[in-house]
Amino acid sequence: MQRKPVTNWANRKKFQTKNLWAGILFGLGFVAFVDETVFHQLLHWHKFYDKSTVALGLVSDGLFHAFSWFATVGALYLVADLRRRDALWHKVFWGGKLIGGGAFQLYDGTIQHKVMRIHQIRYDVDLVPYDVVWNGSAVVMIAAGLLLLRSANQDARGTKQVEPRVA
Amino acid sequence: MSHESDVVVTDWLFGMLAFAAIALYLYGVYRSDREKHLRRWPRLRIVFWISGAIISASALIGPLAVLSHAYFTWHMAGHLFLGMLGPLLLALGAPVTLLLRTLPVQQARRVSRFLRGRFARFYIHPVTAAVLNIGGLWLLYTTDLFAMMHDHLWLYILVHIHVFTAGYLFTVSMLSIDPVSRRFSYPFRTVVFVLALAGHGILSKFLYAYPPHGVPVEEARAGAMLMYYGGDAVDLIIIALLFRSWYRSAGTRLTIVPNATPL
Repeated sequence: MQRKPVTNWANRKKFQTKNLWAGILFGLGFVAFVDETVFHQLLHWHKFYDKSTVALGLVSDGLFHAFSWFATVGALYLVADLRRRDALWHKVFWGGKLIGGGAFQLYDGTIQHKVMRIHQIRYDVDLVPYDVVWNGSAVVMIAAGLLLLRSANQDARGTKQVEPRVA
Repeated sequence: MSHESDVVVTDWLFGMLAFAAIALYLYGVYRSDREKHLRRWPRLRIVFWISGAIISASALIGPLAVLSHAYFTWHMAGHLFLGMLGPLLLALGAPVTLLLRTLPVQQARRVSRFLRGRFARFYIHPVTAAVLNIGGLWLLYTTDLFAMMHDHLWLYILVHIHVFTAGYLFTVSMLSIDPVSRRFSYPFRTVVFVLALAGHGILSKFLYAYPPHGVPVEEARAGAMLMYYGGDAVDLIIIALLFRSWYRSAGTRLTIVPNATPL
């Protein structure tokens, strides 16, 4: 006879922050990766190096690029760790992903594009629609992430505690 | 470095070194496998070591070395082999573990005392290794060193030994495959690695914008992009190995309580 596996709320709650961070890191890394692959490599909308770059921009860009690899790989190992602890909480993980991804995109769209002017989304076109879509989608992602987190907390409240399987 | 005789010298020097590295390692494996109480030396490590030695040496001898004197793009391919991919593969061969296994007890103790000593400890420190590795590259490509290296044979040899050694030190300071004096925490190693990786990426883009003296712009750009993305590829492997080692060590601290509820 097969029964549905019990949801391990005790472990989920215990590792809620870790779930959230796994999501945030993965979201950050994923969006940075998509930016690099789609916009740099496939569409060539912006380039490897733009002339307007200032030293500070180069450093910030380099740091973020380096961090994005770490974030992606590290987050996936965190997920594996949560799974073996029977503590993976998809709603929180996804909430974190949306927040992390949205936050990176918003940072890229406002600070890197507008304040430091490292590069723009495209060249020789009217930038306003691109900026609105870019930053607007970032805000939507963050909001959706926060809503998911709230919903997850509601799920957790009032559920029967199940003994942790893994100490 | 366009002189025929110089090429012959470096071919012989680095060729012999690579040959000796492979021969000694294989002899070590033979000795280690003769000991009945020891686990058989993993075959995969032999593959890592031999391919690491060949890849490192390929940057210094034969056709790639000749090309790299003439074209910056090929020089950068050689740099990736000698400073990153080669050292990584060699480190995965776990030479120190093999050495400690094969040496007589007395000498093995001396080696491990040396590894615990102040000298080795300084060089295996992640920060030292990162500064030597990335700092050395900044020096090489942003000063006249790069041009000088091609005029003086001894400088050429010294620079390449440095690039290789620093790359190896950096790899082993991040991944403790072999026994080392001190294991630094994962967060610490992670931060150092991110900064080093960033330093490498920033230098690549810097070279794209400001080619080293005497390097044509087009070659510099292709080389810089190769350095950037190639560096990423090798570093991605190191990151995955670093986290895998964390995942495993965190797993040993888990105590599994058998599940009472039948699934």
